[in-house]
Amino acid sequence: MSSAAAMQAKRQLREARRSRDLITPEGLSLPLTIAGWGARAGALVLDLIFLFLGALAVILALAAIGFGALEAMFEGTPSPAVELVVVLIILAFWLARYGYFLWFELGPRGATPGKRLIGIRVAARDGGRLTAEAVIARNLLRDIELFLPVVFLISLIDSDGPNDGVMGWAATVWLLVFMLFPLFNKDRLRAGDLVAGTWVVEAPRMKLASALSVVSSGARDYRFGEAELAVYGEHELQVLEGVLRQNNPDAMREVMQAICRKIGWDAGAGHEREFLEAFYAALRAHLERGMRFGKRKADKFSA
Amino acid sequence: MALNLFTRKQAAPPPAIEAATLRSDRFRLERQTDWQRLDAIVTALEKNRLRRIADDDLLDLPVLYRKAASSLAVARETSLDAATLAYLEALVRRAWFQVYGPRTGFLRWLRGFFGGGWSAAVRDLWLDICIALAVMVAGTLVGWLLVAGDSEWYYRLVPDGMAGGRHPGASPEMLAQSLEGTKGAEGLAIFAASLFSNNSGVCILAFALGFAFGIPTLLLLVHNMAMLGAMLWLFHQGGLSFGFAAWLSVHGTTELFAILLSGAAGLHIGRSMAFPGKLSILSAASASGRRAAVVMAGCVLMLVVAGLLEGYARQLVETSEARLTIGIGMLALWLAYFLLMPRRPANAGEHAA
Repeated sequence: MSSAAAMQAKRQLREARRSRDLITPEGLSLPLTIAGWGARAGALVLDLIFLFLGALAVILALAAIGFGALEAMFEGTPSPAVELVVVLIILAFWLARYGYFLWFELGPRGATPGKRLIGIRVAARDGGRLTAEAVIARNLLRDIELFLPVVFLISLIDSDGPNDGVMGWAATVWLLVFMLFPLFNKDRLRAGDLVAGTWVVEAPRMKLASALSVVSSGARDYRFGEAELAVYGEHELQVLEGVLRQNNPDAMREVMQAICRKIGWDAGAGHEREFLEAFYAALRAHLERGMRFGKRKADKFSA
Repeated sequence: MALNLFTRKQAAPPPAIEAATLRSDRFRLERQTDWQRLDAIVTALEKNRLRRIADDDLLDLPVLYRKAASSLAVARETSLDAATLAYLEALVRRAWFQVYGPRTGFLRWLRGFFGGGWSAAVRDLWLDICIALAVMVAGTLVGWLLVAGDSEWYYRLVPDGMAGGRHPGASPEMLAQSLEGTKGAEGLAIFAASLFSNNSGVCILAFALGFAFGIPTLLLLVHNMAMLGAMLWLFHQGGLSFGFAAWLSVHGTTELFAILLSGAAGLHIGRSMAFPGKLSILSAASASGRRAAVVMAGCVLMLVVAGLLEGYARQLVETSEARLTIGIGMLALWLAYFLLMPRRPANAGEHAA
């Protein structure tokens, strides 16, 4: 049991290390959680996939229109229409490289589609507003962090020069230095964040869950005594809340049996949800009463 | 979506407050209509659908935000409903980003940018611009002197793809031919677009490398200018220095100016990180990074102009005098804009820092 408690403490410590407080003008401290490296990398991969699919769609559309026209351009004098298409392609690839991240991060959500899906956004590190300059700066640096070494590595695949091995390793090291940069500072800043004064924080959108003490599904009347409610703390209450919201019969039976063992009741069967709802409401009422008197109980181990 | 939420809520009202057995749940049921209204407004704001938000909602937004914030403060001390607390925290955080993050729209930002923000940022970087200019001049001289001493250097400085037949020992006629324009405008748009794409890559590289204390930026400037110096020497040998200078100046004054500015922007970041002064390194880096980013946004625009000049004007204008006039005219235009455009009043913009 103590190892479980230690693991939980460790997890809380890890999360606490990433949490920052933002003081709003109302004097309310609003917790922010710095997005982890994995979330950042996941969002980047998603964005690159979107960019790749976009490029693929453009190329396929062009192939459908007729690539022959495009090839003719490289041989003879291009017709104005083909010329326009080529100009558009060059500009589109330029925009994909520099404009995609810029455009989306300048929007009100401060996040690219990949970041939105993961549930993170860019914010100004000083708590102020996220300015256009900051977004421009952080995205220009992306060029040397990511695109330059990757394009260089891809170009090495084609060539067969004498120094390819050394150059390839140099480019890989270059890429790794910048990719792993966020792991070596506490705010998980990449080079672009550092120069722009930004950071990336978790920004999940949540739905308001239903109030649990309203729905009472049964007619049975459970009464719990002071001593029976005193065995658990806030952590167990939250676990119980999670179990009730998930509404999985097996999990509910297990939890009910565990609680009954702990408080010395005889666990029956067939009325798990009813019992747990009643116990949840009673335990929460008990703990919240304590809160109002300034007494909190973190978990079953605390006094 | 915003409207959906409203209609759905009217269709299914929240459970009666009296039904809740817990005090904290009653607290929540009393206020959740306001929270959900705020949620709907913030969602609409996030989706940039300003027109779909009713005027009343927009007026109430600050009030609703404060109500939700105070609900959160109270709930933290009285409620143990983890789901509600998490919802409120996420809601207040999202609302905070919308209420206290009033963005200037793109057009307003652009007006501020051209109306003084850009030129002021350029003037702020005067010292870095002077250093970068000195380095560029030195790079040109080095290129010239190296090639003058040993013409083998030419092949090292100028890559084959760029030389295009302009080698040491090439006859003056060949060199002169490379300076001639083309007769028609076909294909020039592609040429201009690819030039722009390529040059802006170089500029952004010069800027971004400033992150490593500015040294790679300086090396990049020296390398690029040494190439120019080598070509200058070559055309000088052919007795074509005036023609080459004119040919170059059409777009060169704009392009080299943009490279100068982006080099200076990179140097500015590197310098402020190496010598942060009274600030911490992080805040010095972010302050200079934002200032330099304004300059960089301008550099990209300058390169669009340079690409058009290089693609069209240089190929279509034939005489050296006309080319030189265009080049010097552009230079005068940029200098006048950067030096004479007044700084905007401090309260009007965010990047006058």
